[in-house]
Order: sequence, then C-alpha cells, then structure tokens
Amino acid sequence: MIGSNSIAITPDIVRQHGLTLEEFGRIEDLLGRELNFTELGIFSVMWSEHCSYKSSRYYLKKLPTTGPRVLQGPGENAGVVDIGDGIAAVFKIESHNHPSFIEPRQGAATGVGGILRDIFTMGARPIALMNSLRFGASDHPRTRFLVNGVVEGISNYGNCTGVPTVGGEIYFDSCYNGNILVNVFCLGLIPSDKIFLGNASGVGNPVIYFGSKTGRDGIHGASMASSEFDESSEEKRPTVQVGDPFAEKLLIEACLELMKEDWVVGIQDMGAAGLTCSTFEMAGRAGTGIDLELSKVPMREAGMTPYETLLSESQERMLVVVRKGMEKEALALFDKWDLDSGVVGEVTDKPVVRIFDNGNPVVNLPVELVVDGALDLKRPTKKPEYLKEVDHVKLDSILEPTRGETILKDLLASPNITNKHWVYEQYDSMVRLNTLGLPGSDAAVLRVKGSKKALALSVDCNSRYCYLDPFRGAQIAVAECARNIACSGGEPIGLTNCLNFGNPENPEIMWQFEQAVSGMGEACKFFDIPVVSGNVSLYNETLGEAIYPTPTVAVVGLLEDRSYHTTQWFKEDGDLIGLIGLTMEEFGGSEYLKIIYDRVEGKPPRLDLHLAKSVNKLCLELIQQKLLTSAHDCSEGGLAIALAESCMSHPLNPKGATLGLDSTVRNDALLFGESQSRILISLSAKNRLAVEEKAKAMEVPFTVIGNVGGDALVVNVNGKEFIREEISSLKQLWLGALETYVG
Amino acid sequence: MKCGVVVFPGSNCDHDCYHILKHVFELDTEWIWHKDDVDLSGFDLIVLPGGYSYGDYLRAGAIAQFSSVMKKVIEFANSGRMVLGICNGFQVLVESGLLPGALIQNHTQKFICKTVSVRVENASTPFSCECLEKSVLNIPIAHHQGSYFIDIDGLNQLIDNEQIVFRYSGCEGEVTGLYNPNGSVDNIAGIVNENKNVMGLMPHPERCADPAWPNLDGQLIFKSMIQSLQPGILL
Repeated sequence: MIGSNSIAITPDIVRQHGLTLEEFGRIEDLLGRELNFTELGIFSVMWSEHCSYKSSRYYLKKLPTTGPRVLQGPGENAGVVDIGDGIAAVFKIESHNHPSFIEPRQGAATGVGGILRDIFTMGARPIALMNSLRFGASDHPRTRFLVNGVVEGISNYGNCTGVPTVGGEIYFDSCYNGNILVNVFCLGLIPSDKIFLGNASGVGNPVIYFGSKTGRDGIHGASMASSEFDESSEEKRPTVQVGDPFAEKLLIEACLELMKEDWVVGIQDMGAAGLTCSTFEMAGRAGTGIDLELSKVPMREAGMTPYETLLSESQERMLVVVRKGMEKEALALFDKWDLDSGVVGEVTDKPVVRIFDNGNPVVNLPVELVVDGALDLKRPTKKPEYLKEVDHVKLDSILEPTRGETILKDLLASPNITNKHWVYEQYDSMVRLNTLGLPGSDAAVLRVKGSKKALALSVDCNSRYCYLDPFRGAQIAVAECARNIACSGGEPIGLTNCLNFGNPENPEIMWQFEQAVSGMGEACKFFDIPVVSGNVSLYNETLGEAIYPTPTVAVVGLLEDRSYHTTQWFKEDGDLIGLIGLTMEEFGGSEYLKIIYDRVEGKPPRLDLHLAKSVNKLCLELIQQKLLTSAHDCSEGGLAIALAESCMSHPLNPKGATLGLDSTVRNDALLFGESQSRILISLSAKNRLAVEEKAKAMEVPFTVIGNVGGDALVVNVNGKEFIREEISSLKQLWLGALETYVG
Repeated sequence: MKCGVVVFPGSNCDHDCYHILKHVFELDTEWIWHKDDVDLSGFDLIVLPGGYSYGDYLRAGAIAQFSSVMKKVIEFANSGRMVLGICNGFQVLVESGLLPGALIQNHTQKFICKTVSVRVENASTPFSCECLEKSVLNIPIAHHQGSYFIDIDGLNQLIDNEQIVFRYSGCEGEVTGLYNPNGSVDNIAGIVNENKNVMGLMPHPERCADPAWPNLDGQLIFKSMIQSLQPGILL
C-alpha cells in the first residue's frame, strides 16, 4: 500500500514526486500550511510537465487559435471547427510515447482509448482515427518488437471500438531507438449547437463517476511522461495502464445516449492524472468547487489508499455532472450499458476541492493553485552546437549519377518510403461506411453523412528537416499537410499538433522547441489555419540522447462537395502528366542523402509560403473545375518517388509513364531532391490549355512533363534516358519491403 | 418486409447494416437491443451484425450465444425464417449451433482488413439468388478470427448438401490456397444451414452496397434476400 497520510514528507520524497524544492516551498507558502502526503501526490501530477505545460505554455500562446469557423479552441478536451450544415468537426492529436516504449501493445492501445474519450466527451461521435508512429532504425534489435506491439495495440483497440483507422504516417530513424513516438489523432462529428464542455457548474449538482472500476494501474503515469528514461525505465512497466476496448465501446454508446438528455451539465474523461485531474479541471473551468467521497468510487480491489485512488490512471472512466434530481435517470442509463457508476460528489460554491474517505477529510485544496499554480518556466534557450556541423551539404563527394534505377529502387524499398499496407491492413479502415479514400493516400477522405461534404485528414512531420532547422521544418510540416489536403480536393480548416521534443531543461532542446513553435505559428497564420487543440510531449530522451524535434501536425480539410475527392494514381493511358511548382537544386535533409550516402545534413528545402499557398489554390481550383484526373504531393524521395507512386498505386490497373524533363538542375536533385510546393498531376489532353491558362493567370509555375501509358516508368532528362524500369518490378519491391524489416 | 438488426454490447457494424437496409434499400428496419423482450414474429429477416459482441472475450461469439435475444433468434431460425450473420454475426451463428463448424484465428495471426474476391458457389439460396453461379464478387473482409474450420465429415456434408455459398478466390474465380486470406478450410467464406434459411459469411456485403462507392457487389446479397422474401419487388 502506498501513500498513507501518516508518511512524513522529506526532500527526497518531494523530488521523487517530480517537484523541485522551490515548487514545493511555493505551494506550502501559498497554502499557508503543510501538505499531507495525498496532497503532495496531487501536486505531483497536476504540476507535472504533462499536465501543467509549464515549460511550453509561454510559447504556445503565440499560435493562432481563432477563426470564423472555430467553435472551441485549445483548453478543452478537443478543438471544434464548424463545417456548415449544422455540423462541426471535433479533433485532437495526443501522444502516448513513454508508455508505448515500455509496453508497446498496451501503451498504444490506451493511447487510442484516451484520444477517443477526448472526442466523445465533447458529445461527438468519433468517426476516424489516424496515427503518426516513429520507431528506431529498422535494423535496431528492439524495433520489430515495438512495431508489432504498437500496431497490434492500435489494431486491437481501434477495431473493437468500431472507429476506423483511416491513415497516418510511419517513420524509422535511429534517433527514436530509445524513445519511440506514438501520436494518435481522432476526429468526431457533432451537431454544432450541442457541444459539451468539462464544466462542473451549478452548486448542489451531483458528480457521477461511470465506466470501468478503479484499480492500482497507471499510478503516476503523468509523472513518468515528464521525465527522461534511463536504465531503470523497464521497472516503470506497472505505471502503464491496461486498456479494455470493449468497455470503451460501451462508454462511447452510453455517453452519446446520455448527451441526448438536456440534464447533462458537464462531462470529462479521466485521462492523465485520473480522477484528480478531472475533478480539479472541471471545477476550475466553472469557477466552482467539488466535494468528493472516495468510498463511493467503484473499486476493482480492496484496500486502496486515497492517494492510490486519486492517482490511478485506470482506463475507460468518466466523470459527469448532471442536474440535481436526475441521478436516478443517469444511473439507470449506465446500468443499461452494464457500466459501473456511483454518485461520488457534489458541486460546491467555494472554489475548493475537498476529498473525503468515509467521511474523513483527506484533501482540502484551492482549485486555482492546483490547476494554474505552476509557474511558467521561461527556460533558457541556446542554439545547438551540432548545427555548425550539419547545416551544409558537402556536395563534392556526391557524384552526379548517370542512371537512376538503382537509386529509385533503393528509395522505394527504404523503410520510410515503402508502402505501409502491412500495417494498414491490420486496421479496420472501413467500418461506419464513411471512408472514401483508404489508407496510403496523401490524405484520408471521409464523407459526412447527411450532407454532400467530405473531410480530408492529413498528418505529417519530417523530423529530419526539423533537426536541421526546427523553424523551417515545422513550417514545412504545416505546408505539406495543407498540400495533401489540396491534392485530395479540400481546403484546410483547422490544425492540431503534437509537439514531441527532448528534455526541456537542456537549453538546446528548448531552442528547438521555441523555433519549431514559431515556425508553425507563422505558417499557420499565413495559410490561415487555426490551431484548435494539441499536446506537448517533452523528455523524449534516453540517457541524454534526445529524439529529433518532432512537431507533428494533423490538418483537417473540408471538401465542399465529396465529388471533388481526387486520388493520387494515374488513371487513363494517354493522359498528360504535369508538375505544378518549381524544382531547385536541393539535397538537404533528403531521403536520398540518407539512404544512398547515410548522411543527415544540409538545410531543409526552401519554403516560399506565398508560392506554397498559390500552388495549393491552383490545384484545388483545377480539381473543383474537374480538370484533373489525379493529384499527388511530392515529398520524401522527390519527383521520382511521386511518379512511381502515381504509377503503382492504382488499386486494380497500375499504369506506366514516360517523362521528358528539361532542366539545368543536377539530375539527382531533379528526380530525388525534395523541393517543396510541388504537385504531380495528370489530366486529359483536352484540358491542357485550360490548365495552362489557369496556372499562368495565377502566376504559378506549371509544366507538362510527360504522359501516362505503357508498362514501365521511363524518365528522360535533357533527351537522355535516366530511368527505365518495369512498373511490376517496382511495385513488387514497394509492396514487399516493409514486411522484411518488421514482419 | 420487415428487418431487424440485433445490437449486442460491442456490435459495431450494426449502424452500417441498418444504414444499408433502411436508407439504401428503404426497407422497414428496426434495432433489436439484446436485453429487450422483443416479439420476433413480425420480422422477416434478422441480421446479426459484425463487431465484438461482449468484447469477444473467451472466443468470438461465445458469450453472445447465451444472450436472451439469441434464444429468440434460434426459434426464429428454426421456424424457417431468414437469418443473416455477418462476420461476428457468423461467429455467433456458429457458436449457437445454427451453423456447423468453427471460426478460429486467421493463420496469419493478424487482423486483416482488405477487399477480397469470393466466388459464388451456390446461386440458388435465398441469399445468393441474384448472383450468377461461379461469378466473382469483390467484398471487404475485416476480422481476426475468420478462419473457417470444420472436420472432413462435416465438410463432405456441406459439399453434399450444397451449403457452401462463397469461397475465397482470385479475381478470375480461381479457388486456390494463394487466394485464401485467413486459412479457411476449402477456402470457405460463407455457408448456409441445411434448410438454406440461415447464412453466415465473413466478408462484409454492407461495406460495398452504398452508391457513394463504385463497388456495389454487396448489393447482390441484399437484393437476393429481398427477392426471396418479396418476389418481384426489385423489378
């Protein structure tokens, strides 16, 4: 049994709770009395980096969070954006990195569970999941175990809840050898006038607990996520929660049924920091207090102390405040769904949370001190030393190749570019009958039932770019998501981010954070995409080795008409192939440099935000005017990979293509460089003039570079053949490689 | 013609089946909550949808067979009326003894979600009469325990009684191990009982029956049932 209030608090115990002695002193000063052990536990989680955002909050304020469509910005369980027709999209991305490294299956599963609850807590029906996964090098001894565990965890949990997993991204890099990233995104739909918030308002209203019982799992999960890993991290396995997707499914249906009632006042799930966080945050948002009686909490095991009950992160639990007098109706509804429940407390007018155990007071704390009391730490920043080493490409040792086939094949079979169907086929991507585009496209596209609209979703971050220049890398992540949305026929309407970094106490890491958030903010302002929700995950570091800065962004786009939905693959022999955008001589941070020369160096590709926006606008307008047959974003691996993917990815009939490129750029930069703001399109020859005129009118570079047809990909550069390869052999390579690394 | 979609705790394709019956085929369709004491006598078709009934704890479909609604579904089936079990519904039908055999873990040991080809082996059942004999349908599968198992005597009975309705195949109708996604005995994807009024299948016809998608192969199964129950209504 841990956490009796009779334990004396020593400086060692304070430090074990992740608080500095200054913070501890500040708490006791403001409180005007000594803390007891249970209260120390509460501050330990609520003032942890994970819950308090004390290192990041100052910078996050710089992100644009408003816009005409924004119904709910950051600060609630998820962001809400109006999509018209009385419908709103609710979405958020969240990390579950630390638990997934220690116990990949349960870590990833409970990550999915947590993000689903964030969405249906708002009253929304979850309709899609996505994830951004980053593992260590594909040949690292632990990678296969971690990939299989994470994918199985997501598959098992998501599939059971009946929410389709419609896409995402998977990267491998040795910087994640000691810290994998599992970022999970969920999107839900809600009537725009029926949004539920986590407010405990209305003095005298009952506070009801429902869902699974509380056990001893996950105690101090939030604190674990707020420190680095070392040799003893394996011992933290008991802090990882265990998920029950069946309970989650019942919870979804029960919540959505509950929220049809007009007597539901406020609702919040119990995620990080469990019952403690929900109680304090719900009171905090409403400016009220809560009296809580722990003996009423449904318990899985006997003899748990208040400390354990309050800090447990048992999964699939919710807290709801209903109008006084409606307790019976609420409990009957939970009973219908076979969920445990109990009236555990009452809303009070004084902004204080008082917690009792069989009537004996165990906690008495002012809400504001617990929720908002942690001081913003303006941690020092310093430009990292490593940048001096890596910020230029030593071109002299990179010979211009005479043929491109070997490079193309090496890239297609590389872990980051190879097709990920081995993973996606383990996810139910179709349930609920909304998925118009299956995983593996630029963006996932979902129809919105009851309207002609559709939503496009894209998640992205090239962390190698961010390592080389976090400011531009973060900008590129936003720009690429926006481009993916445009290629699918949509327009970005909102963004959610998951900022994964190393230890913020290291000024060089803090510099990366500051730069990335600034870059992201600037790009969002330029593209006019509000940031409506997000999550910060720091301390992604093992034995002092930090991950690359990884500010993952997920962008939601709106297709005014689902008929705009455009796919990436070539469709008709004889169609013309065109390139929107400009190709420059750039190698920095490219997959080409990494795979062929094993180098991570240079500046990431240049990004002209103005051009990026015009390229997207042109592509979208061409799609809306039905002038395009396909559109595909050029990203990792450059033009050659985009071409190969457009050839190979037709679900039934892959197509060949013949290209004639004229350029003064080195042929490896031309085909494998990663210049930004480029979209590869195909169009019927009869539309050529219209497309060219439109590009000219919008002052966007556009060139017809070849045509669709044959069984091979043939690329001629300045009249000389550079690539000739059968599509069937490329496709075999592309489809089969991932399994050889992780299967 | 009146249809019922059973909702077990953990059913998750219930909305999809309901959507196809109610909104695409515009049939009179009702939910049947597993705890409710519903009189099934007014129904013509009961659908057991996909999902994870009772969390699929123990074995997929193993707990659902004891649900109170299943007693009524068994009576309903035994009175000769039509029951369709899709995916988890097929597992429930097998567990409750309405269909022979068992559904075990895929031989890949992984969940599989993708569109596969199935060949129509018997186009004379009420569930397949709108299909052409030996034609190929493309229908998605999404399951972890979808490998159909039956012993050799049982298999021979299925063959003798023409109870095998769908077999996994190539797109040209080749029934070989190469096109068997989950290790099912004899590539079996869907079967009927001896009376031909109860069908279970692992593929999800409701996932390819909405005109929002180009593939409408699943409609043939719904049309077959409608045609059998109300001849002429589709003409």
